[in-house]
Amino acid sequence: MSGGVDSSTVAAMLRAEGHNVVGLTMQLWNQRRLSGHPGMPEAVQGRCCSLDDVYDARRVAERIGIPYYVVNQEERFERDVVRPFVDEYLSGRTPIPCGLCNNHLKFDQLLVVARQIGADLLATGHYARLEFDGDTGRWLLKRPADHAKDQTYFLFGLTQEQLAHTIFPLGGMTKPEVRGLAHQYNLAIAEKPDSQEICFVPGGDYKRFLDAYLAEIGESLPDTSGELVTTDGDVIGEHAGIHNFTVGQRKGLGVATGNPLYVIQIKGDARQVVVGNSDQLYSNTLRVHRTNLISIADLSEPMKVCVKIRHRHEPAPAIIEAGSPGETLVTFEQPQRAITPGQAAVFYREDVVVGGGWIL
Amino acid sequence: MSRVYLDNNATTPVLPEVFEAMRPYFSEHFGNASSIHHHGQETRAAVDRARESVAKLLACRAPEIVFTSGGTEADNLAVFGTVSAGDHVITSVIEHHAVLNACQRLESIGCEVTRIPVDGRGVVDPADVQRALRSNTKLITIMMANNETGVLQPIEEIGKIAVEADVCFHTDAVQAAGKVRIDVGKLRCDLLTVSGHKMHAPQGVGVLFVKKGTPLNPMLYGGSHERSRRAGTENVPGIVALGQAAELARAALESGAVGQTAAMRDCLQSGVLERIESVGVNGEGSPRVPNTTNFYFDGIEGEALVIALDLQGLAVSTGAACSSGAIEPSHVLKAMGIPVQRARASVRFSLGKQNRPEEIDFALELIPQTVARLRKLSPLWGKALASS
Repeated sequence: MSGGVDSSTVAAMLRAEGHNVVGLTMQLWNQRRLSGHPGMPEAVQGRCCSLDDVYDARRVAERIGIPYYVVNQEERFERDVVRPFVDEYLSGRTPIPCGLCNNHLKFDQLLVVARQIGADLLATGHYARLEFDGDTGRWLLKRPADHAKDQTYFLFGLTQEQLAHTIFPLGGMTKPEVRGLAHQYNLAIAEKPDSQEICFVPGGDYKRFLDAYLAEIGESLPDTSGELVTTDGDVIGEHAGIHNFTVGQRKGLGVATGNPLYVIQIKGDARQVVVGNSDQLYSNTLRVHRTNLISIADLSEPMKVCVKIRHRHEPAPAIIEAGSPGETLVTFEQPQRAITPGQAAVFYREDVVVGGGWIL
Repeated sequence: MSRVYLDNNATTPVLPEVFEAMRPYFSEHFGNASSIHHHGQETRAAVDRARESVAKLLACRAPEIVFTSGGTEADNLAVFGTVSAGDHVITSVIEHHAVLNACQRLESIGCEVTRIPVDGRGVVDPADVQRALRSNTKLITIMMANNETGVLQPIEEIGKIAVEADVCFHTDAVQAAGKVRIDVGKLRCDLLTVSGHKMHAPQGVGVLFVKKGTPLNPMLYGGSHERSRRAGTENVPGIVALGQAAELARAALESGAVGQTAAMRDCLQSGVLERIESVGVNGEGSPRVPNTTNFYFDGIEGEALVIALDLQGLAVSTGAACSSGAIEPSHVLKAMGIPVQRARASVRFSLGKQNRPEEIDFALELIPQTVARLRKLSPLWGKALASS
């Protein structure tokens, strides 16, 4: 329970159906830690797991009559989500902390706690669907009814064991329907706006976060300044640090030529940011590692799927085939724009999530 | 669901006699104790009777009792009432946050604070206190009994050191009052904190014992209540309750009834140690208050155990809660040198006057099977088994 409309409505629905429900909120990040650092807000409200959100969740639990607990997972969150987030940016990649949080916290540590306290299933407010395939004996993760709210992109890393103990009650509903239900259940948070950003980066300014976090743990921001180069290798300028850039970025390059320039690639080791024109942003192939397969046990032969390379991206037709262990090669029918290392590539067969991995 | 409450160090239920004693003071005898008319005289008398009762519990004199809103306020009053910029304070690493955070605040206003460590048993060494003394040491504040482990500190020895050095000595006796005898003369303390809701009085009332002649700056300004040491209209029902609770506590201590609490605690403790493997007591071997035992259960998270037990009707706790309600790692267990994983695997059980032997039986039925279930699902336990 995040204190938001989705998870609150799930709790209310399940309770109304007569299930034995316990509400859990994960305390993931001490919102006070970085307050006061330059650029970081003093009081943080309305972020996932802020005191206000916990209050909201607790009130919902009380309204629907279920026990409610806040579980402290700060240490694990810092280790498995925040630190990798920082390291990825410093290596020139663009991370997805929500994917890591799902893999390591929500559907791992939290699921363990849920089962330890006697629960059979963990229910969340994710817009996704789960179905058991009797033929293959596998749990299938599928896109929800409301494609606009589809969160399966962040759930590609879930295992069969995890999916077997999970339910997504909102999979068949649209957001307006969910809000309607929340009103029906008389939940105070029915009109609460959705939280869109990363829960531990207030205001979405990840650069300030990197500064503040590293300062707080007593490290300094490493110097990754270096050269701005063209795809031919010509040096055309300088940059102040690779973490300031993401593939496809146009602003903040500091050089002006006749044509608009975009970040094509970030070469972490060489501390180089490769820039080029819009055409150069397109590519047909990508490689992922740490592949997780859901609908199938293994990728023994090439498979035709649609692939999402970003949360906001229409799945594009491609062929996937296994590479070295854990790696998958993806070849698109049409070139895709701004393939970004650090993001996830998630494979779909119609509405079914075949699996996915992290883009190299 | 029938519920068993074994978290009395967090708070205690108001005993029936205590509730009866305070009840008339809400709507029948409701006067402001400072009013000169009949209604005020009544409640003034009730407050003073309560004052006498608390004084007897602490073996001090009635004028030395200052009523506050609770233990936290009394701790704050002891610290901020005695220390000013430029002073040095000696405290310990295991104090309650009311003392720790007050001392932290002192540091930001120009004081220096020495925090004495504890040994593996959770006990402060008086020699460390002695060594920490400086020419500008203004206050020593060391708790009498720790809230998490129940471990008792050598207050008398520290008191001796304070007297010799002519330094003001405060002890937070919140977890000791009503459980062990307190004689402020023997302890040689100048200030001592009591909390009502830890001894079967309601939340919202406490005491700071202030030895006659001890200079104390008030924190609350207003009327001249409590001999101008603590302004604010007296919480008469709360104070009356505390007085009654103090009488009951004194009687129980004198009659040896506390021995029953100790017996139940010991029964719980040995029962757990017998029935469950890879378990131990934090603070084993140290003198403790008779109602507390703090176990570690290797291979699981204490937080999950507390929740699992609560869902089955048994209330216990770990560490301290933060403002979101999540559990914070225990600074006390850490200070005792207990490894992080084991500290996270620790749970405190604390008894009150109202607990019965059947409740201990219930707990002993529940705990082993719950621990077993947690361990079965715990990646940590799996690893521990694999490596053994």
